[in-house]
Amino acid sequence: MVPAVSMRALTKRFDDVVAVDAIDLDIADGEFFALLGPSGCGKTTTLRMIAGLEIPSAGSLKIYGDEVGTLPPNKRPVNTVFQNYALFPHMSIADNVAFGLKMQKTPKADITRRVGEAIELVRLSGMEHRRPNQLSGGQQQRVALARALVNRPKVLLLDEPLAALDLKLRQGMQFELKQLQREVGITFVFVTHDQEEALSMADRIGVMGDGELLQVGSPEEIYDQPVNRFVADFIGRSNFLPGTVEDAATVCLTNGTRVAVQHAGATGEAIALSLRPERVQIADRDATPDGHAHLDGTVSMVTFLGSGVVYQVALDWMTIEVRAENRPSVPRRDVGDAVSLWWRDDAVAVVPA
Amino acid sequence: MSEASSAQARGLAKWGLNLNVVLVLVFLYAPIVLLTIYSFSGARNPGQWGGFTLDWYRALGDDTRVQDAIWVSVKVALVSTVVSVVLGTMAALALERFTFRGKKVFDALLYLPIIIPDVTMAVMMLLFFTQAFDLLDDWFGLRIAKGFATIVVSHIAFNIAFVSVVVRARIAGMDATLEQAAADLYATRWRAFVHVTLPQIMPGVLGGALLALTLSLDDVVVTQFVAGPGSTTLPVYVFSLIRKGVTPLINAVSVVMLAASLVLVIGSLFAQRANEGRRRREPAA
Repeated sequence: MVPAVSMRALTKRFDDVVAVDAIDLDIADGEFFALLGPSGCGKTTTLRMIAGLEIPSAGSLKIYGDEVGTLPPNKRPVNTVFQNYALFPHMSIADNVAFGLKMQKTPKADITRRVGEAIELVRLSGMEHRRPNQLSGGQQQRVALARALVNRPKVLLLDEPLAALDLKLRQGMQFELKQLQREVGITFVFVTHDQEEALSMADRIGVMGDGELLQVGSPEEIYDQPVNRFVADFIGRSNFLPGTVEDAATVCLTNGTRVAVQHAGATGEAIALSLRPERVQIADRDATPDGHAHLDGTVSMVTFLGSGVVYQVALDWMTIEVRAENRPSVPRRDVGDAVSLWWRDDAVAVVPA
Repeated sequence: MSEASSAQARGLAKWGLNLNVVLVLVFLYAPIVLLTIYSFSGARNPGQWGGFTLDWYRALGDDTRVQDAIWVSVKVALVSTVVSVVLGTMAALALERFTFRGKKVFDALLYLPIIIPDVTMAVMMLLFFTQAFDLLDDWFGLRIAKGFATIVVSHIAFNIAFVSVVVRARIAGMDATLEQAAADLYATRWRAFVHVTLPQIMPGVLGGALLALTLSLDDVVVTQFVAGPGSTTLPVYVFSLIRKGVTPLINAVSVVMLAASLVLVIGSLFAQRANEGRRRREPAA
């Protein structure tokens, strides 16, 4: 199967700044792919290169096997949903949606039918004659989607399409977008800096930092097996426990505690254990189950979040964040309580220090 | 007591402000009113009332030289406006949308006609035409005289600057991603310009056109320098009449010009209002 989008050593330089640094990436046909990273990491530049709005400085970029590197945007089988939607303010909703078809000189009857279908798809029937400024943010977002999807692009590019919406609407649209992608079966490439958005919507995620593609994988892989501190820290929260590798399955933490892990790395290497707050179990002092490493500490801060409680547990060499669920069966701890922390062997990931 | 005195001071300030408004209005509009009134005066001396008459307007209608001058003025204004709107808009787009070598210099040079005095502009244009015509004569044996064409070229030269300033302000306020969206939706550069950019910047283009039209109709100094025999614009003709001795005919001509300018100004106000209305309806997304 030919990948929908294929990048080889794709690079973009702006004067002396390398925005995208030799990326290799294949995005499969029909996939919902998220490019995730902090602002300025090069994810939007990558998207704009696929759209043809930026010309790559070096490398190869193929869409369904065809090299498109320098092809202008109007000659590419892709459409974009822009961050600010970029709806044409002087045109009605119907004219906005019909724009791409008109530019491709589609027969009039076809345009009318397909525009009608697209507007129905995004549930905006009855709004055809309104102007963009007469719609709410969420509705404008859907017009932008319809305007892109009506052209039946081979790849749909979305540049932080939900960033401008408020939280409730955003969560609703996350679900809707995923649903829509399944319905139309088009490859979606989605740029976001919101890790929750990426985790909840994407089939696969590419994490970018500083122009480089750091890790590509399913949401579970990215979350559970981050390749380095940056990824672990950017996707959710994590505690990093410094230590050195003793053998293939053991890590010695700096306080001398031996911890069993699944893949430790080279013996003697300085590493860090990435430990998610919700994977740490909190127990009364010396009440941890046998066969697990444990760390003793004192609760130094309690933050109530509604669905959970976050404890800062002070050890004598570092502070560890623990997240417990807010359930009647889970005992609550107070500041000053002496506790022990433990975790299952598969709850930690080894990352370079 | 202090309250009473402060109220008194406020009353005095208010009265002073009102007086100021009246004085400003009188200062601005009394000459115009007087001009209009005396254009209907029967006396030969333009500063003297000699009973109501339409004679001067009739004389204006019979005077073929005035009519010729009006016709030349209108033609010059229309041609120079059309050309300068096209060139000025292109210059504005180039400066807002592209980066190129010498952009800053081009930008500065473009503003020059707005800053430099009319007389300097006029002498420059005259010098340019004289030199250019001499060269053409030397090289190709072409003999060209100053006249309609030289007036039009000079007016285009200063109008481009004003048009590009007005249009540029509008382009700067336009969302550039709209053009990218058009390109993404299969529009060629030209079709993106026609269907998206032009409708967005239209109020600026119209405003620039009205400004160019007004400036061209008004200009005396530059035109006087570059005009040739047989091609005189209305303002230049009126100016020459004054030197011969003032008659109320000039008043009548002036009233006609004033009316024409008024129509243009009101037109540009309406264009601007439509522009603002559109902006208000567009959320600042």
